[in-house]
Amino acid sequence: MARLSPANLMVAHEIIGRYPVPRSALIPLLHLAQEQDGYVAEDSMAHIAELVGVTPAEVMGTCSFYEMLKRAPVGDYMVNICHGISCHLLGASELIHHAESILGVKSGRTTEDGKITLEAVECIAACTEAPCLQVNYRYRNRVTAEDFDQLVGELRAGSAGVAPHGNLAKVRQHVSEDRWAGVSPPDGQGEPPWMTRNPSDDGVGS
Amino acid sequence: MSESETVVNITVNGQAVEAVPGEWVIAAAERAGVYIPHFCYHPRMNSVGMCRMCIVDIDAGRGPALQPSCMVAVSEGMVVDTTSEQTRKAQDGVLEFLLLNHPLDCPVCDKGGECPLQDQTMAYGPGESRFIEEKRHFEKPIPVNDLVYLDRERCILCDRCTRFADEVAGDPLITFQDRGDQTQVNTFPDLPFSSYFSGNTVQICPVGALTAVPYRFKARPWDLTEVESTYPNPMGDRVVVQASRDQVLRYQGVDSDAVNWGWLTDKDRFSFEANASELRLRSPLVRGTPLGRPDPGGSELVETSWRQALTQAAHTIRAAVEGKGPQSVAVLGGARLTNEDQYVWARLAKGVIGTDHVDAQLDDGLPADAVLGLPRATINRACTPGGTVILMAPDPKEEQGTLYLRLRHAVVSDGVQLIELTPRASALSHLAAHRLHHRPGEAAAVAAALVGGDIDAGPDGEIGGVPAEALAAAAAALAERADQPITVILGRTSLAEAAGPTVEAAAELMKLAKLLAAGSRPGIAFLPALHRGNVLGALDMGLAPGLLPGRVTLADGGSALAELWGSVPAASGADARGILKAAADGEIDVLILLGADPLGDVPDRKAAESALDRVDTVIASDLFLHQSAAQADIVLPAAGFGERRGTHTNMEGRITRERQVVTPPGTARADWAIASELARLLDAEFGFASPEEVWGEIVRAAPSHRNLSLEAIDTETDGVVAADSSITFSPTEDVTSVPHFDAYSLRLVSSRRMYDRGTLVQHAPSLAGLANAAVLAVNPYDFQRVGVDPGTEVQVVSHVGEMSVPVAAASGVPRGTAVLGFNHPDLDVRVLIDPDAVVTDLRIQTG
Amino acid sequence: MTAAAGQDLRIVTSRFEVEDGHTMAGYERTGGYAGLRRALEMAPAEVHGEVRAASLLGRGGAGFPAGVKWGFCPPGVWPRYLVVNGDESEPGTYKDRLLMERDPHQLIEGCLIACYALGLSQCFLYVRGEMAHAQERLASALNEAYEAGYVGRNVLGADDFSVDITLHWGAGAYIVGEETALIESLEGSRGMPRLKPPYFPASIGLYGKPTIVNNVETLANLPWIVSNGGAAFAAMGAETSTGTRVFAVSGHVVSPGVFEVPFGTTTFRDIIFDPRYAGGLHPGRNLKTFIPGGASAPWFFEEHLDIPLEKATVDKAGSMLGSGAIVVMDNTTDVVKACHNVVRFFARESCGKCTPCREGTSWLEKILSRILAGQGRPQDLDLLMDVCDNISPGIHWPPRQTTICPLGPSAVSPIASALERFRGEFEAYLPGTAVSVSTKSEVAS
Ligand SMILES: Cc1cc2nc3c(=O)[nH]c(=O)nc-3n(C[C@H](O)[C@H](O)[C@H](O)COP(=O)(O)O)c2cc1C
Ligand code: SF4
Ligand code: FES
Repeated sequence: MARLSPANLMVAHEIIGRYPVPRSALIPLLHLAQEQDGYVAEDSMAHIAELVGVTPAEVMGTCSFYEMLKRAPVGDYMVNICHGISCHLLGASELIHHAESILGVKSGRTTEDGKITLEAVECIAACTEAPCLQVNYRYRNRVTAEDFDQLVGELRAGSAGVAPHGNLAKVRQHVSEDRWAGVSPPDGQGEPPWMTRNPSDDGVGS
Repeated sequence: MSESETVVNITVNGQAVEAVPGEWVIAAAERAGVYIPHFCYHPRMNSVGMCRMCIVDIDAGRGPALQPSCMVAVSEGMVVDTTSEQTRKAQDGVLEFLLLNHPLDCPVCDKGGECPLQDQTMAYGPGESRFIEEKRHFEKPIPVNDLVYLDRERCILCDRCTRFADEVAGDPLITFQDRGDQTQVNTFPDLPFSSYFSGNTVQICPVGALTAVPYRFKARPWDLTEVESTYPNPMGDRVVVQASRDQVLRYQGVDSDAVNWGWLTDKDRFSFEANASELRLRSPLVRGTPLGRPDPGGSELVETSWRQALTQAAHTIRAAVEGKGPQSVAVLGGARLTNEDQYVWARLAKGVIGTDHVDAQLDDGLPADAVLGLPRATINRACTPGGTVILMAPDPKEEQGTLYLRLRHAVVSDGVQLIELTPRASALSHLAAHRLHHRPGEAAAVAAALVGGDIDAGPDGEIGGVPAEALAAAAAALAERADQPITVILGRTSLAEAAGPTVEAAAELMKLAKLLAAGSRPGIAFLPALHRGNVLGALDMGLAPGLLPGRVTLADGGSALAELWGSVPAASGADARGILKAAADGEIDVLILLGADPLGDVPDRKAAESALDRVDTVIASDLFLHQSAAQADIVLPAAGFGERRGTHTNMEGRITRERQVVTPPGTARADWAIASELARLLDAEFGFASPEEVWGEIVRAAPSHRNLSLEAIDTETDGVVAADSSITFSPTEDVTSVPHFDAYSLRLVSSRRMYDRGTLVQHAPSLAGLANAAVLAVNPYDFQRVGVDPGTEVQVVSHVGEMSVPVAAASGVPRGTAVLGFNHPDLDVRVLIDPDAVVTDLRIQTG
Repeated sequence: MTAAAGQDLRIVTSRFEVEDGHTMAGYERTGGYAGLRRALEMAPAEVHGEVRAASLLGRGGAGFPAGVKWGFCPPGVWPRYLVVNGDESEPGTYKDRLLMERDPHQLIEGCLIACYALGLSQCFLYVRGEMAHAQERLASALNEAYEAGYVGRNVLGADDFSVDITLHWGAGAYIVGEETALIESLEGSRGMPRLKPPYFPASIGLYGKPTIVNNVETLANLPWIVSNGGAAFAAMGAETSTGTRVFAVSGHVVSPGVFEVPFGTTTFRDIIFDPRYAGGLHPGRNLKTFIPGGASAPWFFEEHLDIPLEKATVDKAGSMLGSGAIVVMDNTTDVVKACHNVVRFFARESCGKCTPCREGTSWLEKILSRILAGQGRPQDLDLLMDVCDNISPGIHWPPRQTTICPLGPSAVSPIASALERFRGEFEAYLPGTAVSVSTKSEVAS
């Protein structure tokens, strides 16, 4: 629906400034748009295209490749149940069935109240904690049916302490100007100065 | 690799092959006659190696392994086996994979009969599908723009169209979307693939996924007859013209290494629709009564016979010559004809009638002596890796589409440095190393500074509107690459500006020739970017005042040619504008229009109007009854492209063949035949029975074309470049003085867009609606200065006229300048242009 | 909870139990940034020399020695970039996330050392998109490290050494873990792999410039190596597999976990059965099969248990240590389902570039789904193998491929492994074969 807000535009410029080539900022900017609206709106894509100097079609090409970037609204909470091999071995299918019946939606769908979108996802790197899931990319380990019911209750009550979909890390990288060394554009750079350092006396050998 | 290494020895299927260093295996194999099946590989684009059809056993020293031959470069001693068991199995496998989700309905597919996928399947494919699962589904064909449909179910994701859009056209508006087996080609929602080059994607699509609206379901490939020909545009794009049942149905680009590399613009590709138009002239017309009876004073144009029309034409010409003398007959146009047509008309006008009031350019080009007198470049020279191109011409993307593609490739991939010396940005600007966007009319001063190196900027630190630092940087860059070819693309950057400043700027750049003369430097050469099909042929054939066929002046070559022709004009004539003025003054009795529409085309519209009003007899040879032809007294239907034979001369002077595949509509005739017949009625028997016979005479008559027999032209794949010229470019010393720029005005720049009010565009239904809305484009910073808001409709006033037009912001327009399209379907910029001034200044009326 | 257990020397997980190990204070207190200080006292080439001497194998999957790979940067071509592969997505793999969450400074220090050694002028830390917590920890650590002068302009006050680290997140695509796809993704494009050669990142990488792509764990070893010397590192483990390595043992074991163990000397039996590690199978269960190195690896069985966790030995035995992911399946496992599960993963994660992978993996998945739905045909089992053969000719190990990257051929591993060993279980799914799966399992116990 929306282009980036003035505040997010400032963030966007800061992000772009950290890359030697603006287009590299595409995915971070798409995340930013998703943080703003809960999904990546077409207008945001067009705005981002302007910001990094590509066409909206190119932004779409990139955006649509990545599973986390949603191009239509989803629930406030993405509940992603892992069905990778390790979780599969420890009851992921049962957990997914349970979730589907509790939420009343098939995986891939959003509950009627718009709160929860259920997805069965590939391995989320918590294999020793199977079966596991993520709520807006925050882990819940070794989840039982009861754990799940409780989670849903908390999510519906808003007491789970999870930020709405689109919010990933709570901390952004921020570098003060005097600490930033400057991007290294691919063209016109010589050998970095430290490469010509001489071996110190005590540094030789090992 | 040592530098002296010029061949790489490899073995392909046991056969020793000499390959070029850096060449892909697939290309080396193909040259050796070994075809390796492929879908994604395209010799004019970067390899992506994604279809995997071309995998073959390649042994580069570490044992044979399956490798994509489209992405592995040859190396010394490499052994390639395209027939091994492993190769065969893998290729069969790829083919099976490609067919899993591909519809098997070849009989109803537009590509059926010319489909590499179908061919491969017939040749190697498995008999029966082992795939019993459900195929992938997509919504039926979707339009990606007004001209092209995409059927994603047929698409095999070869990346050709998307790569073309990105790499070749620079319009990445179709991309891969989604991932894995859901991957599809698509546009951004509501943002079509608006590219001037979209038709090429249809041509290179290896399956029937992309189809062109003008061709869809019109014919089956096996019903088509075809000839290889030259599209009559200034590039001389090589094409195959395909027809069925005596109707042209499709043009396909031919990969000519010297010219268009297989590409065509959409405007040219789909212009065949115009040739097939119902509105084509089918029989001669003369003035007559509303009941259809011929009557020279009649108010209507009525059909008549060729005999009557030509007799009447001959009669009026004879009367004019006998009355006021030969110079009371004038000829305008001819640039759309073949060389042969042009030659016969030239001989008729100059040798029989005796007039030198002949001009193929309609006051929108450059003086013939500049075009023929400057050292000429080839396109390949302009594109030499590491060279420099100075663009001093209208946006090539708008006017010379395939040249734009070549230049774009040269800059992006071959490190050609581009210097723009124009009054506004072009589509290549973002790729240009230096952008010298000058004030309209002041190119010469900028060129002088660029060449001379002494950049003596005034108090405001600029020359002709170009900051001194920018000029200095460009001059340094030019000097740095002085050992590489420098090529100037030379044309009229603005039709709201007199030709003088451009010619003077060219003269300044020519000074480089002297400066670079030392050593074996390639120096500087020019590539004329003029408007209208065979305009360079027309100049070569003498359709210009003071010129005779073969790049000689009347003064120099007159006596030699008089032997062949009998006589030549006694004195030099006027150019197009001079002719129109003379006509308006009552000095011209007969005006012959050869595919020319002065009312629509010449910048000085008023002169054209008065001329047509005043002239006794207007004779028009044309395809359509356009504005000017509609006012003619005698209209002769001419044969168009595909309906005629002959030769064509492109901007390089390259001569190639135009071939015939269908018969002209009705009784329309080739122009050489019309002119010959008219000559006969004027008691001059040329004796030509065919265009080939005409060429036989051209070779004798035109010094620059000696030795250029048709046989010689045909033996060369890319035709032959006529290089000689005895004309010297001798610009006048006096410098056009450009009026001082006043801070309250905007100086007008006007040039053509690809889709304009041109006759062919307007008669091709698929193209007619493609023109962008007319806007007056102004630099964003100027809005405040002139006190208007972008998007509003404003009243603009010039010295000579005024009109209402919406204004839009365009950062590519320098401050103080305003751009309005020439020959736009919706508005006529000529209302504002002062043809007698060097430049035209506008004021925007506010409040 | 995850336990980095065992009394052996731990290198990269040494701070896992330090409460504030992820903060600057905790890190510095426990000896953090000593490696960087030490490196800056040496010439860049000497640092590279130590890494070479350590014979540190890449921990991302391919197991290529880092010091050797670093040497592939063409001399005199600048700039060079460092790209940290933190995309960890291979099923069963779980270590990089922990390293990023629990000891982010260690990774940052490793990056700085690599940049110093090779003249890499900018570093991009590519973290898997789904790892919000890791992103947070890294962002905090980077912000701290910048302010403390470890990263950015004039590192530790050196007027000739400045390097920026840009934190970058992915957005959900396993294939982006492949290094050339990672680079495409970092350039803002679709994460589709490039053909190698010519696109070996060390010579033609990010923006076409020499680029070192290293795994998180690989880089996390650098501070220790520089502090203690490459020789000390090489002295640990086996000859070709030096130092320690982090393995995640998941699936049907009593105490699944992430363990840092001496590389090359520990055996599969040790790590699966030793109570210090995964603690063996649940009572009454037998080992059916195990995946030794991530979903792409061919499966191992009982007879492979005594093979050491050593690269060359595992390679020779027909599989790989890959990403250090050991997935154990006991005799209750329905191997057809397990096989389908892994194949589905590759089908879903194919980038779509190569025809055999795009079409082939999803075809395999469809056939297996159909078999599981009871609609298999007798010829389907041979068909599965033939489709596999068309993706990976000869069904060889290491795989030959008709594709650009190894993802497509990876889908072949589970099918070839399971079908060869447990063909009967597949047949049991075919209509008319009335044998129940659990009783039919051919368990080598
Ligand atoms: C399909 C595929 C996925 C991969 N995923 C990862 C990954 O998630 N993390 C990783 O470090 N390496 C991954 N790799 C390996 C990388 O391509 C690369 O070899 C590695 O990052 C190099 O780092 P190293 O030398 O330090 O191991 C993957 C490779 C392939 C073919
Ligand atoms: S093998 Fe698969 S994942 Fe790898 S490049 Fe090819 S299509 Fe993409
Ligand atoms: S032609 Fe080589 S992979 Fe497609």
